Amino acid sequence: MRRLADIAAPVVLLLVLCGIWEASVRLLEVPTYFLPPPSAVLLAIIERAPLLLVSAWNTLQMALLGLFFASITGMVIALIAGLHRLFEKAVRPIAIALQVTPVVALAPLVSIWAGLDHPGRAVVGLAAVVAFFPILSGALSGLKATDRDLERLFRLYGAGPLQTLVRLRLPSAAPMIVEGHRVAAGLAVIGAVVGEFVAGSGATQGLAWRILEAGNRLRTAEMFAAVVVLMLLGLMVHGAMGVFERRMLERWRGKAR
Amino acid sequence: MIAALRDVVVEYEGRGRALGPFSLTVQPGEIVAVAGPSGCGKSTALRLLAGLEAPTSGEVVREVGRGRTSLVFQAPTLMPWADAAANVALPLELAERPAGERAERVAHALRRVGLSDAARAFPAQLSGGMAMRVSLARALVTEPKLLLLDEPFAALDGLTRRTLVEDVHRLWEQTRPAIVFVTHDVEEAVYLASRVVVMTAGPGRAATEVAIDAPLPRHAGFRATELFRNAVEDITEALDAAARRVA
Repeated sequence: MRRLADIAAPVVLLLVLCGIWEASVRLLEVPTYFLPPPSAVLLAIIERAPLLLVSAWNTLQMALLGLFFASITGMVIALIAGLHRLFEKAVRPIAIALQVTPVVALAPLVSIWAGLDHPGRAVVGLAAVVAFFPILSGALSGLKATDRDLERLFRLYGAGPLQTLVRLRLPSAAPMIVEGHRVAAGLAVIGAVVGEFVAGSGATQGLAWRILEAGNRLRTAEMFAAVVVLMLLGLMVHGAMGVFERRMLERWRGKAR
Repeated sequence: MIAALRDVVVEYEGRGRALGPFSLTVQPGEIVAVAGPSGCGKSTALRLLAGLEAPTSGEVVREVGRGRTSLVFQAPTLMPWADAAANVALPLELAERPAGERAERVAHALRRVGLSDAARAFPAQLSGGMAMRVSLARALVTEPKLLLLDEPFAALDGLTRRTLVEDVHRLWEQTRPAIVFVTHDVEEAVYLASRVVVMTAGPGRAATEVAIDAPLPRHAGFRATELFRNAVEDITEALDAAARRVA
């Protein structure tokens, strides 16, 4: 009963807010190009569902591709840094500098490097840039969070640095690496959307392009529709990565058996 | 002699002297307990004996190869992502022993600590006492000549402790490794060891040494004997005096 109430509460609040929105827009006679009522947004979602779904799939694909590249580069760099302390010292400030630079500011550069004929590459590149830091940072911290006594045992039994990295530090870091990927997946979607806004042309056909397109024609309800789908996509990625993290941890600790 | 510390001093940067000068000679097959207040450098002494650290001055003599030394810590220190058998197999795997021999020796080690049925269990599924037994099995799987125990039962409840102490004696009887056992529990030290070295508060030096003249393993009523109670009394007093001298 209590759980049901917990689930119902946000839904009810959402419905109430939408009701107030709908009523005020109608009563105050706000023009639809300025603020469409939720009913119009819902209608736009239904009408344009096939196009929105394809666009969402495109955005998701670009984000996941970015996540994939970020994962490979982040993990390779973290593993090298795990073997060479000085390399880690060298990499960290650069990675942090990259992290604090707003992704929007990098977007025009990336779009030039990707080539103006390949906006898709720029979008994937930007998704990778923002997804890179949490993966690297999670892996670096994880590789350092090894139990000191286990390290001593490995030394006592004659393990070399590479053996210790592969057999002890990497598995110890697994939970933090998974956590880094979870955060990175959410950021990759944001990076992909930003990338599409800046570099996007009709060639990318993601959700951001739907927003730009509808905005240029002052079809505000359609803009809202794309935003809502984008939000749902974000929630889906967030939820999926949460499940993925739980599963991985269960496997890691052996709870699943 | 199997391993010895000769006038070793350990100093850490920023923390100053942690141990010494301290000397300890371990004979093959004997059980020595090192008792001392916390922070006296007992664990440091053990790491020196294991060859994991070098002293700032003094000499560490080791007649055993690295492969014949085992170490058990206060916590079970198991790899949470690996089951009991894989944890026990670790020293053999790092020494690159063939898989067949590995499996056989792991099964034997687990049988020795009474955990054959838990071979596939993960550390999170084991009780504190069971996890400690897995840790012991991992230490025994290499058939060590020198077994170093760093307050291995400190985190367990009284009853589990007593059983494990008996287990240590039983396991010792089978292969007779030299055991150095660090503890701050005087009764445990007297029960387990044939001699007890008492250390002063940090930086630890040897304060006194008490021999426990009774056969190992102990008979059933050993804790009730006068010998046991007197030894406990003597060592407790020595510990008190050692702590006072510093304060």
